[in-house]
Amino acid sequence: MSAIIKVEHLTRVFDVSKPWLNRVIERLPRALLTAVSDVSFEIEENSVYALVGESGSGKSTIGKIMVGLVAPSEGSVQVEDVDLATETDATKVEAVRANIQMIFQDPFASLNPRWRVRDVIAEPVAAKGGDTTGLAEKLLEQVGLSAADAGKYPHEFSGGQRQRICIARALASEPKIIVCDEPTSALDVSVQAQVLNLMSDLREELGLTYLFISHDLTVVQHMADRIGVLYLGRLVEEAPRDVLFDDPKHPYTQMLFAAAPKMDGFGREIDPPKGEIPDAINPPTGCAFHPRCPLAIERCSVERPEMRNLGATRVACHLAE
Amino acid sequence: MTDTPVLSVRNLVVEIPTRHGLLRPVDDVSYDIEAGEILGVVGESGAGKSMTGNAVIGLLDPPARITSGEILLSGQPIHNLERSALRRLRGKKMGMIFQDPLTSLNPLLTIGDQLSETILEHLDISQTQARKRAIAALEEVGIPAASARINSYPHEFSGGMRQRVVIALALCAEPDLIIADEPTTALDVSVQAQIMALLKRLCRDRGVAVMLVTHDMGVIAEAADRVAVMYAGRLAELGAVREVLTNARHPYTAGLMASTPLASQGRKRLRQIPGAMPRLGALPTGCAFHPRCDHAQDQCRQEPGPTLDRCDGRAACWFPIGADTKEEAQA
Amino acid sequence: MADTTPITAPSPAPPSRLRRAWESDLAWSFRHAPVAMASFFVVTLLILGAVLAPLIAPHDPFDPATLNLMNGFTPPGQANAFTGELFLLGTDDQGRDVFSTILYGMRISLFVGFSAVLLAMVLGVTLGLLAGYVGGWTETIIMRIADVQLTFPAILVAMLIFGIAKGITPPEYRNEMAIWVLILAIGLSDWVQFARVVRGATLVEKNKEYIQAARLIGRTPFSIMLRHILPNVLNPVLVIATISLALAIIAEATLSFLGVGAPPTKPSLGTLIRIGQEFMFSGEWWILLFPAATLLALALSINLLGDWLRDALNPRLR
Repeated sequence: MSAIIKVEHLTRVFDVSKPWLNRVIERLPRALLTAVSDVSFEIEENSVYALVGESGSGKSTIGKIMVGLVAPSEGSVQVEDVDLATETDATKVEAVRANIQMIFQDPFASLNPRWRVRDVIAEPVAAKGGDTTGLAEKLLEQVGLSAADAGKYPHEFSGGQRQRICIARALASEPKIIVCDEPTSALDVSVQAQVLNLMSDLREELGLTYLFISHDLTVVQHMADRIGVLYLGRLVEEAPRDVLFDDPKHPYTQMLFAAAPKMDGFGREIDPPKGEIPDAINPPTGCAFHPRCPLAIERCSVERPEMRNLGATRVACHLAE
Repeated sequence: MTDTPVLSVRNLVVEIPTRHGLLRPVDDVSYDIEAGEILGVVGESGAGKSMTGNAVIGLLDPPARITSGEILLSGQPIHNLERSALRRLRGKKMGMIFQDPLTSLNPLLTIGDQLSETILEHLDISQTQARKRAIAALEEVGIPAASARINSYPHEFSGGMRQRVVIALALCAEPDLIIADEPTTALDVSVQAQIMALLKRLCRDRGVAVMLVTHDMGVIAEAADRVAVMYAGRLAELGAVREVLTNARHPYTAGLMASTPLASQGRKRLRQIPGAMPRLGALPTGCAFHPRCDHAQDQCRQEPGPTLDRCDGRAACWFPIGADTKEEAQA
Repeated sequence: MADTTPITAPSPAPPSRLRRAWESDLAWSFRHAPVAMASFFVVTLLILGAVLAPLIAPHDPFDPATLNLMNGFTPPGQANAFTGELFLLGTDDQGRDVFSTILYGMRISLFVGFSAVLLAMVLGVTLGLLAGYVGGWTETIIMRIADVQLTFPAILVAMLIFGIAKGITPPEYRNEMAIWVLILAIGLSDWVQFARVVRGATLVEKNKEYIQAARLIGRTPFSIMLRHILPNVLNPVLVIATISLALAIIAEATLSFLGVGAPPTKPSLGTLIRIGQEFMFSGEWWILLFPAATLLALALSINLLGDWLRDALNPRLR
């Protein structure tokens, strides 16, 4: 298998400063938020790569950079060896665009309420002037809805059904890669199972590659082949699923696993993690996790750890072994 | 501790008249919560779990109203109280913790003002004493440097710290009952663990009864003593949390458990409950769950779902899981 | 795939379009709002009267050949002392039938009102969409112009535009152009509201995920604004358009009353009121009262209709 997506030293900085005049009057410096900081990883074809992290970890930003909704500040994302941000050949960009689609978190905001389902689903093809006869009906059946639903409006569907419609739309341009940004976190558990099963089925049937973005460890463990753990815009650990869950190396990963509620954790008493996620505008020096880390030594507050290989795991920690 | 439960809900029915007819978001729900006990209320969106909590604390938005049944707080009926009497009871006897801490705090008042205002309203003490109590309350919920931060405004706190303040606010008048409606849903995993640990500790130390409304089975498993599973406005199953989660008797609970991805399952297909929860305006006849139920029989399609008594007070089902073997054994 | 059974039950034959419209929330709320129904009735009646004026009106007030100066100042409902002719609402100084002039005057008032609102709407919605979606300097420039214009009363802006426009039109066309200049003046003074509301709604819609999905597909910004955002910001536009219509009719009447609007040869309601007020104190009250009452009824019922529409379309109040 080969890497279909290569992410190299990806950095994205957002300018969240107040307007120029306010800054001058209030004597404020520019506020720069580093949402993604020097992240590198590869996704293999026909696999599920999951990015996990809490809020502010930059996982959604990476997804948006990957599909071209947000431009990288530094570094690159190469989809099938094409860099969307710098590629000048329009036909290549078009081809890659059609090859990578996205499913969003909120099924109630991701469908235009004024459009019929047929038009919503066929839009990726219609926008390119393609033939859309029967396309929506075919896709609706593929995602477990009925062809007769094509004439309805989104508000006539439940959350789970809407997410199926979103999946159908993502499949319309016959992509190879789908970026799934928290696809089930707005859904109820029983409906989540339906959507996850559908996504697994489609992956096998169509040979899809998923970038799966989620904060839910159980869902990630269920879906992913390989997992990257993000903290404050930095990739702190990356490993195949079983390796990561059996033997998490990074103290943050360990903390995250310990803190997640367990379905069989009856009456479990844990020592809850210390502190909260720091402000991404002024991240801690050195390793971003050091103020909360139980193992931190002086070096951690000075030197940002490099990614290093530790068996099948890549980990960014001075102390992990 | 007396034998009277802190909260006792008896055959509660909440109805909303709409132009499409009468909706029943809460239908014949009964349960008790003892002092020092955490009752988890789980269910999917639209199951009526939040509406039950709002009915208890008297925060139903009109036109929703309680049409029958009773709510007893330490044995005293509170379902028929005037709004003003309920307001006095809220805070003093009952505290509420909402999902979004930002909307439950007044952005224009300092934390200290909001705390002492609540304390003064319910306890007959002086301003300075109230302030001392407020600082103590903040310290108790784990806010560092409480005496310095008491003059801060809500927006100066992080999400987790805000939820701590809300908990302090709910607890400062020393109520007997706390209703926590999705208290950690808006928070990150690591902060959620902190908040749940805090809630558990306070409940145990003070003997407060807690009604914990959430959709997260993991949170229920770790925090609750007993759990009530709701479906389409009715109680589907009620029992000790370990029993219900590992040995479900209602097919809905069983389906819910099976559809949750578990570490032990690996990459197997998830078992799924087909379809989705019906809308309140379009409930199926018979047991509301029967169109999604594997075990449904003619009785389920025709007769409305039974009460919990049918199955030792555990599950509201005509054919609870594990019942066949039991009956055979008896025969 | 194990999961191919349709989740949705086969739906029954869809009801007809008319039936659906009748059962929609908007129609339901309309049927339960007596004020809205009464307003709707009045507006419909007045508009019908205006549109069908050539068929209904007993006289053509614009045709001097049919006028008889002897009919001047006939009181309503009484026969003229000289000619014996009867006029429902009386006649003015030149013997024109007041009822007919009102019908014809309304035509002009409504035409100016509708056209001005249309102009303001097209201009305001376009600029609002641009400001909201494109942002940056485009937004700053558009919205600052809007802010500056808002600091002057709309009628003043209209008079200013009217004055400039009149100054640059050759005198021989002035009477013909007067109506168009009026429309331009009122329309340009009224676009700000549309722009502000559309910009606000666009900012909300822009961040929804369906817009991101459309961008992802490779839709151009123009196409996204037109096909995705525009249909979703039209509700508030409809409300403002209704209320603006009432305001535009009043603005037109005000301008005409002040003598800078419709010429006396083609009188609008405002012109009629101006003519009428000259005779108010000499006892010929009907020349003023009837046009004024018509204007009031028209503006008030359109406004009430707009109020109801705003409440009915506001999801928060449901």
